[in-house]
Amino acid sequence: MSVTAETHGHDDHDVHHHKETFVTKYIFSQDHKMIAKQYLITGVIIMGIIGIMMSLMIRMQIAWPEQPNVIFEALLGKWAPGGVMDADIYLALVTIHGTIMVFFVLTAGLSGTFSNLLIPLQIGARDMASGFLNMISYWLFFVSCVIMILSFFVEAGPAAAGWTIYPPLSALPMAQGGSGMGMTLWLVSMAIFIASSLLGSLNYVVTVINLRTKGMSMTRLPLTIWAFFVTAIIGVVSFPVLLSAALLLIMDRSFGTSFFLSDIFIQGEVLHYQGGSPVLFEHLFWFLGHPEVYIVLLPALGITSEIIATNSRKPIFGYRAMVASILAIAFLSTIVWGHHMFISGMNPFLGSVFTFTTLLIAIPSAVKAFNYITTLWKGNLQLNPAMLFSIGLVSTFITGGLTGIILGDSALDINVHDTYFVVAHFHLVMGISALYGVFAGIYHWFPKMFGRMMNKNLGYLHFWITAICAYGVFFPMHFIGMAGLPRRYYTNSNFPLFDDTTNAQGVITIFALIAGVAQLVFLYNFVVSIFYGKKTEQNPWKSNTLEWTAPVEHMHGNWPGAIPHVYRWPYDYSKPGHDEDFVPQNVPMKDGEEELQH
Amino acid sequence: MTTLLIFIIVLFVAVAMWQMVKIFDLAQVGASNNQVATDKDNKFNGYMMIAFLIFIYAITIASFVYLGDLPLTSNSASEHGPGLDSLMIISMVVIFIVQTITQFLLHYFAYKYKGEKGRKALFYADNNMLEAIWTVIPVIVLAGLIIYGLFTWNDIMNVDESDDPMVVELYAQQFNWKARYGGSDNVLGKANVRLIDLDKANILGVDEDDPNAQDDVIVTELHLPKGRPVLFKMRSQDVLHSAYMPHFRAQMNCVPGMVTQFAFTPTVTTAEMRQNPDIQEKVENINALRLERKAEIDEAGQDLLYQFDYLLLCNKICGKSHYNMQMKIVVETQEEFDAWMKEQKTFENSLLD
Repeated sequence: MSVTAETHGHDDHDVHHHKETFVTKYIFSQDHKMIAKQYLITGVIIMGIIGIMMSLMIRMQIAWPEQPNVIFEALLGKWAPGGVMDADIYLALVTIHGTIMVFFVLTAGLSGTFSNLLIPLQIGARDMASGFLNMISYWLFFVSCVIMILSFFVEAGPAAAGWTIYPPLSALPMAQGGSGMGMTLWLVSMAIFIASSLLGSLNYVVTVINLRTKGMSMTRLPLTIWAFFVTAIIGVVSFPVLLSAALLLIMDRSFGTSFFLSDIFIQGEVLHYQGGSPVLFEHLFWFLGHPEVYIVLLPALGITSEIIATNSRKPIFGYRAMVASILAIAFLSTIVWGHHMFISGMNPFLGSVFTFTTLLIAIPSAVKAFNYITTLWKGNLQLNPAMLFSIGLVSTFITGGLTGIILGDSALDINVHDTYFVVAHFHLVMGISALYGVFAGIYHWFPKMFGRMMNKNLGYLHFWITAICAYGVFFPMHFIGMAGLPRRYYTNSNFPLFDDTTNAQGVITIFALIAGVAQLVFLYNFVVSIFYGKKTEQNPWKSNTLEWTAPVEHMHGNWPGAIPHVYRWPYDYSKPGHDEDFVPQNVPMKDGEEELQH
Repeated sequence: MTTLLIFIIVLFVAVAMWQMVKIFDLAQVGASNNQVATDKDNKFNGYMMIAFLIFIYAITIASFVYLGDLPLTSNSASEHGPGLDSLMIISMVVIFIVQTITQFLLHYFAYKYKGEKGRKALFYADNNMLEAIWTVIPVIVLAGLIIYGLFTWNDIMNVDESDDPMVVELYAQQFNWKARYGGSDNVLGKANVRLIDLDKANILGVDEDDPNAQDDVIVTELHLPKGRPVLFKMRSQDVLHSAYMPHFRAQMNCVPGMVTQFAFTPTVTTAEMRQNPDIQEKVENINALRLERKAEIDEAGQDLLYQFDYLLLCNKICGKSHYNMQMKIVVETQEEFDAWMKEQKTFENSLLD
């Protein structure tokens, strides 16, 4: 396979000097760096703010149910008459919060920002394989965001069947207000989103395979790129299945087919549906839904691998094992979806099989965690904000991952399925962990994106408050779940069984609110630093990867002269025989220097 | 009022943070700061790592102290319950050991190896032996848990028909539960939602011509005799529901268009459970809290004082009143059960003409 970047040959950089207007530079840009920033602002910042605000409203409702709340009145309008949240809108908030955080922030926002920014820069390419597809991908994403938000303004409210939109609840407008126009918009938005995601993923895969610079063999790829590459492959394999599920659901809803529906009597009448099965939908949904967890998590783990190595001034421990575990996780992630369905009515034997494959995934995950910890050992840790978030990620990844041993066990799942235990588990292991990955990435590559540094002290403040609150929210939540409290309940005070969890719910909500406020510190730091941050040096973190060999000022084609060639792997930190404690990938081997056979 | 208070607290926190931000910014004036961590930053954050480790342990202990009675991992009321609970406890012990050790290593290393100018890190890229060790140990531990888990799972899910279980249908609809007993023949009559006839009060769609259906009994409060295996057949008429009986460690989805099943044997009657010291403590605790919220509870029209009852909860999002979809379960002795059953109308007699 050719490892030379021939698409944009070494001498063709003068073709990039075509005139740029405001529109081609900032709006319909085909430049991967600009598209990355567009994803960052739309996907992470704007959708993130919306998603987090929803979660805070959910938390306030859970802690102080059915009480007038000025915030509800102000933000929810007719759905919170007198400031008391309506039960329908509660479910809608739960649904859209999940959808926005999982898909818009942590899939498109995370991959869109960092895959776009880093793939060409770290493999030594002038741009993505197809800048045009990349642009289309972003604008499809933008349209899907707009549609999803617009669904809040339809008469009967947005989709409210949970982010998993299981039919028949999501299929029948008479079952729930949100299953009318709101669900239609949800499905349309997601269909466009999936198209966007596929275009993006294909682009990433093709770019990584074809456009690596000379010397950049697969075993010299930074772990970020490995993670983005494998993530894109999982996306290409599994997202189309969700699209087919969404299309079949649209058929059931609008054209009277019975893929997922059968024998339904609702509001005094028997519906014509016959022979379909909601369990089929669950299979199709989770065939994406579970790999989706890793689509969210792997890029975050890739980002932390890079940041932990750089800031430890040490090679990442066990590079090969890290790559192998990414591949193993990717493969296993496609055969574990049934652990979401142990009690769905599928054959118990299938449950046994899925328990087996699910617990297998703990093995590569454990290897990753231990390798991170060993990377810290005897390092010279530069505790920059990005590094703190990376260490925080390892911490929440372990805490959240461990409880997966309980949920992945079909027998134990019987009693904690769909309780707050699940909510706590997945928020820690994929929500908080992936968010930490996003934050780490932003702090680390902010100088690359905007040519300025973020304020580190604000970064420290942001991290420590967030870290404490994240555990403050989700640690006690496991225990509430162990008490059997089901999730997605509008109020828990309707019957006395769970009254003794009320105080804990209050504490959790207070932690959540403080965490929410702490994000304002980040937002302030982010916005102010874009305009007034300190100008950065070319390689502020003394990193080895190729993006830091490119000039601070952005330019089409990334490097003014020829693309740098690569002579070594990206983790030659503190290598004996060198004066500096880092040796960038484009520095040729010294005479007699051995490349590590990793 | 609470809302207002919270709002004020949040406001204060926001103001406090803003002030801290200003202090941080002022502290930087003059220092040649390029926003990369200095030795001072490394030291501060290194100590914070240890503080954070202590915080993690503290919140673990606090959770155990305040929420650790875990009413639903002890005092199970079904035959398979204790086995499941010990699997849960073993898993939790494993988890807490691993959690304590790994969090310690992670944060301790972050503190111990905090950067200092001039020091060089150890160039240490690989060690196959170490990696083999931490691949093999999880393999062994997980293999143990998987095998134990699968035996438990098979025990629970394999219904032994030779035990002559009592057959009970759980019927879900937005937003309530019904239960149907097979009657004296212990066989449920055929049913389909297409046979629902509201005018005749045939709300479950039971086949009126099926001889097995005539003695079926349909109720809104689930009674179970202690010690007899019960085989539940779940149906739903509209959307997905999930029949969650946490005290019995039982749960199964109710799926429109198909019949799902779950079986267990209740072992503790409601009356006995009310005498259980753990449960009594929990009930007292709840009642103390309810007395504090007296006005609110009276206004909601609920009974002020709580008395323990088994509950069947809906645990799959099913619409607006999902949170309000429960059925009381009464476990009693066989005699009490028989007496109760005698008072119920059979399907045949419950139909309107």
